[in-house]
Amino acid sequence: MNRVRNVRRRFMNSLALAVVYTLTAIALIPLALVLWYTAVKGWPAASHLEFYVNVERPVGIPGAGVAHAIVGSAVMVGLASLISIPVGVISGVNLVEFGGRFARVVRLAADVLVGAPSIAIGLFAYVLFVAPFHHFSGVAGALALAVLMLPVVIRTTEGAVALIPASLRESGLALGLPRWRVALQLVLPAAAPGVITGALLAIARAAGETAPLLFTGFGNRFWNVDPTQPMSALPLIVFHDALTPYPALQEQAWGAALVLVAAMLVVNLASRWAVRRQVRLAGQL
Amino acid sequence: MIQAIRLSFRTRRAPLRFRLLTTAASLSAPALVIAIVAVLFQEAAPAVTRFGALFIVARSWNPVTLDFGALPFIYGTLVTSALALAIALPIGIAVAVVLAEPGAQRIRGVAGTGVELLAAIPSVVFGIWALYVLAPLVYTHVELPVAQRLGFIGIFSGQPRQTSLFTASLVLAVMILPTLSAISRDVLRAVPKGLRESAVALGATWWETSWKVVLPAARAGIFGATVLALGRALGETIAVTMVIGNRPDISPSIFAPAYTLASVIANEFTEATGQVYPAALVELGLVLILLTFAVNILALLLVRRSVELPR
Repeated sequence: MNRVRNVRRRFMNSLALAVVYTLTAIALIPLALVLWYTAVKGWPAASHLEFYVNVERPVGIPGAGVAHAIVGSAVMVGLASLISIPVGVISGVNLVEFGGRFARVVRLAADVLVGAPSIAIGLFAYVLFVAPFHHFSGVAGALALAVLMLPVVIRTTEGAVALIPASLRESGLALGLPRWRVALQLVLPAAAPGVITGALLAIARAAGETAPLLFTGFGNRFWNVDPTQPMSALPLIVFHDALTPYPALQEQAWGAALVLVAAMLVVNLASRWAVRRQVRLAGQL
Repeated sequence: MIQAIRLSFRTRRAPLRFRLLTTAASLSAPALVIAIVAVLFQEAAPAVTRFGALFIVARSWNPVTLDFGALPFIYGTLVTSALALAIALPIGIAVAVVLAEPGAQRIRGVAGTGVELLAAIPSVVFGIWALYVLAPLVYTHVELPVAQRLGFIGIFSGQPRQTSLFTASLVLAVMILPTLSAISRDVLRAVPKGLRESAVALGATWWETSWKVVLPAARAGIFGATVLALGRALGETIAVTMVIGNRPDISPSIFAPAYTLASVIANEFTEATGQVYPAALVELGLVLILLTFAVNILALLLVRRSVELPR
């Protein structure tokens, strides 16, 4: 009787293990498929040097490229970083070092903002930075991206700073440093690798966003480095070209997608490595 | 002596510009949350005053006659998100259980990295993949056979389409999987070790420990993770826009095209002219953002209760 029950329990256990591991394997299938198809379908376009130096051309004319979109992405994400990273880092350090009653509000706001639909942030940026000037611009796109990056930077900075052991702060205080100098000159440098990693992840996230740019950066078929004018971006190219009926443009969309995915992979794998190192180093402090 | 110490503390306060700077930076996030809602509300005012509360339940969407209602979009958003959750939930929890398990380092490394990379792939890349790879596959191997055999059931009725509610839900399921599994993993890890160990010590198998002890203890947190994933699904724009078919209809069939709040804004906002049309779209955005804020806050409260998030 007991033996039968134990056999059943053992069987249930094996069955459950099999199911759980199968489901985990299923979870990895989409990743493999997305990477595979992006590589295969994107390679024909992305393997030509022209793809990176030329701009879009009318359908049927060979030698088209996405150089203007790469530059547009770089300019808009760069501007967004210039705004969101300093503000986010200061806010994140402040949360940990000088928390206070207000910290809960800031944390909640950052978490809510992380979850805000990016399309709504695009609308917000449109109303504030496009409508008053009567034309789309790279600056408006950058500001929309900055709103998106800010909460990510705040939370990752906070995480990195919280890893720094209290003993470091105490040794600074024991030497007679005021708390603000401890925060600025001891804690922040010690947490720098983690903070930089977080910033990189925020940059990667912003570089892949399409929705906030639809009615801010808007897109541009020509070479443009002036952020007061409409600007293209890689995700915009993927979105617009993928929905056209022209195979040449669809190929270009896949190529742009491959460039995006490759950049994401590099940043994410590098930051994973850096985070692990940071955790190890913080453990040694 | 004491006075000297007090004095030194006073002079050791941070300089004014430092305090101003840090306060201003800290205020940025809360200020933005308020500003976004306020700005959208103001911009939606023409539509809000024109349609009032009926906007939420009206079914028409006609830019020519300026008849606007949000119901088809709310329907599309809720149904795709719910379907996506139903698909992603078992998988996400299985991944979380594997990731939270002590031991099995190698599998955990692969699964953990994989799920994290899944989170890093841009929405638009999921979109183009779903449009050209997933949608045709789903159409021939799922939608057609199911519609042929079970077409008499309402939710499978009608002519199936490549771009449909169902395809959009599948993509969404893939996209919310990382959120679901990463947060559930943290919640499961936060379950006191003693619980798991006592169960094992009493002779429970791995399955009995996980299913009857660890998962119930983490119930609230996993529910929170689910709600958080729901929040992500509600607001997801680009990938859904590319495969949902973009038709403001309320069809009982999940194989029919539909529309979501986010995708109608993405598609129509740049072409909306006049005063009422753009305002109606902004009001859809307002509905969307208020919905996601509410869902997110609920989720955060649930998750926070069961995990001590990093300070």
